[in-house]
Amino acid sequence: MTEPLLRVTGLRKAFGAVVATDGLHLDVMPGEVHALIGPNGAGKTTLVAQLAGEIAPDDGRIDFAGADITRLSMHARTRRGLARSFQITSLFPRFTALENVALAVQARAGHAFRFWRPAWRDPTLLEPAHAVLARLGLDLHADRPASTLSHGEQRQLEIAVALATQPRLLLLDEPMAGLGPEDSAWMVELLGELRGEVAMLLIEHDMDAVFTLADRITVLVYGRALASGTPDAIRADPEVRRAYLGDGAEAGAEAV
Amino acid sequence: MDNGLPRLILAAILAAALLALPALVEAAGRGYWTGIATHVLIFALAAGSLNLILGFGGMVSFGHAAFLGTGAYVVGILSHHASMGIPIATWPFAIAGTESALIAWPLAMLAAGALAFVIGLISLRTGGLYFIMITLAFAQMVYFFFVSLEPYGGDDGLSMWSRSRLPGLDLGSDTQFYYVVLALVALAYFLKSRVIHSRFGVVLRGSRDNDRRMRAIGHPTRRYRLAAFTLAGAVAGLAGALIANQTEFVSPAFLHWTRSGEMLVMVILGGIGTVLGPALGATAFLLLEEVFSGWTEHWMIVLGPLLLAVVLFAKRGLWGLVSRPGEVPRD
Repeated sequence: MTEPLLRVTGLRKAFGAVVATDGLHLDVMPGEVHALIGPNGAGKTTLVAQLAGEIAPDDGRIDFAGADITRLSMHARTRRGLARSFQITSLFPRFTALENVALAVQARAGHAFRFWRPAWRDPTLLEPAHAVLARLGLDLHADRPASTLSHGEQRQLEIAVALATQPRLLLLDEPMAGLGPEDSAWMVELLGELRGEVAMLLIEHDMDAVFTLADRITVLVYGRALASGTPDAIRADPEVRRAYLGDGAEAGAEAV
Repeated sequence: MDNGLPRLILAAILAAALLALPALVEAAGRGYWTGIATHVLIFALAAGSLNLILGFGGMVSFGHAAFLGTGAYVVGILSHHASMGIPIATWPFAIAGTESALIAWPLAMLAAGALAFVIGLISLRTGGLYFIMITLAFAQMVYFFFVSLEPYGGDDGLSMWSRSRLPGLDLGSDTQFYYVVLALVALAYFLKSRVIHSRFGVVLRGSRDNDRRMRAIGHPTRRYRLAAFTLAGAVAGLAGALIANQTEFVSPAFLHWTRSGEMLVMVILGGIGTVLGPALGATAFLLLEEVFSGWTEHWMIVLGPLLLAVVLFAKRGLWGLVSRPGEVPRD
């Protein structure tokens, strides 16, 4: 059996009396699209923050690609291949789309104690950045400042920046947030194309997207994994239905 | 760049004017203006170094005078020992004073840079308002250190016998000193214009705009911010070395927090995050002071409304007004 790419063991994080992550276990296999769903307040945001290295867990450990990364800083995790996209678009508004991506390429290219040559004329940064933009259909907007892009384009760029770090695992925090139906469909298609190339941990409220994309779904309730399994198994799980999916979501799931 | 040629012509005119300045003011019978221009250039250097961290790094340091003053004191103290013939230390090995610019000025940069490294190491763990306050607090500590430094004059400061010595030149000549300062300032601004577009520069600017995302894409930003802070401190130390030479006097007044404030005003007035803005800001500030302080000691009454107007109506300061008005800010 292959080793999981990401393994979360007994993770725990409390804020005062509120236990946001409560002894969570979670695996993501190489190349797998693993969706994480759960009602508001289930602890998804806190989990993402711990996986990304923004907040430290109280207990438990996180292994990534065979190494313990529980205490590793955010940038060190990214360099090991754990990249994230943000729920609220987080870009460099004054930089162009191309420069946004080139900054991510540069992070891979070693230290930045280089003071002389202009970075934005360096083909070793710009060519990979162009390739990523082209792949996401953003190449027409390469020279536009990120702040002038539409919301949908900014969401695409958000993914492009994460991809440019050459991740082995993409931590996608609600990539469909605020997207209209058309852009959502486009995003699902894009993430589908990335399947197999990069593993994904997908946190998403859009049940259509989740059931279309996921190889496996984990349902998070009160900081614990209530259930974990294939989309069909999750759909059939009576406990999940009771705790989370409800009638509206069920109808959505059936439409898949 | 569509306006590359006009810019080049403008730069050529500026360079010619700066080079010809001592001769021109001499011909106009206003020789003392060479000294004023030197003073302006030195503060253009200091404000430019502050702009590296403030404008391009987003670090609002309210303690930049500490580095200026430290650089000044290094030159002052070395010169004091050299002129008195007293060694600075005899144990563990003898250290003599010096009046050589080639030794004293780099040492001033080194000392100010080292101080900036230590202050930055601690201050950069914080952000926003806390960063402003902690840099101010450190600068006040350094200020009171020099106030209580009795062997070197304490509150009264320390006079220098002469300016530093540079082989082949006489820095005692205001004209020659002007040209040395001009060369150093021009070099510093040229290097800065390279640095802000280098890999280091784009990481610094990216961290200014969105530090969290920078770390999320794999940049260990704090070390670059610390490097910028240290570099800015060292250059401010050089400015301090020059100002000590110009006035042939050092005192804790160089380190007073109002000095830090003045440098902030110069940067904001001239244009935060523009290469030449701080030079423009230093020029405007010091010339206003020169002109209006002759009329009233409350010359800030004139500066206040001007600063207000710039902050309210010109996003990129005076530089934004004269260079490319109406342009979307982008660097």
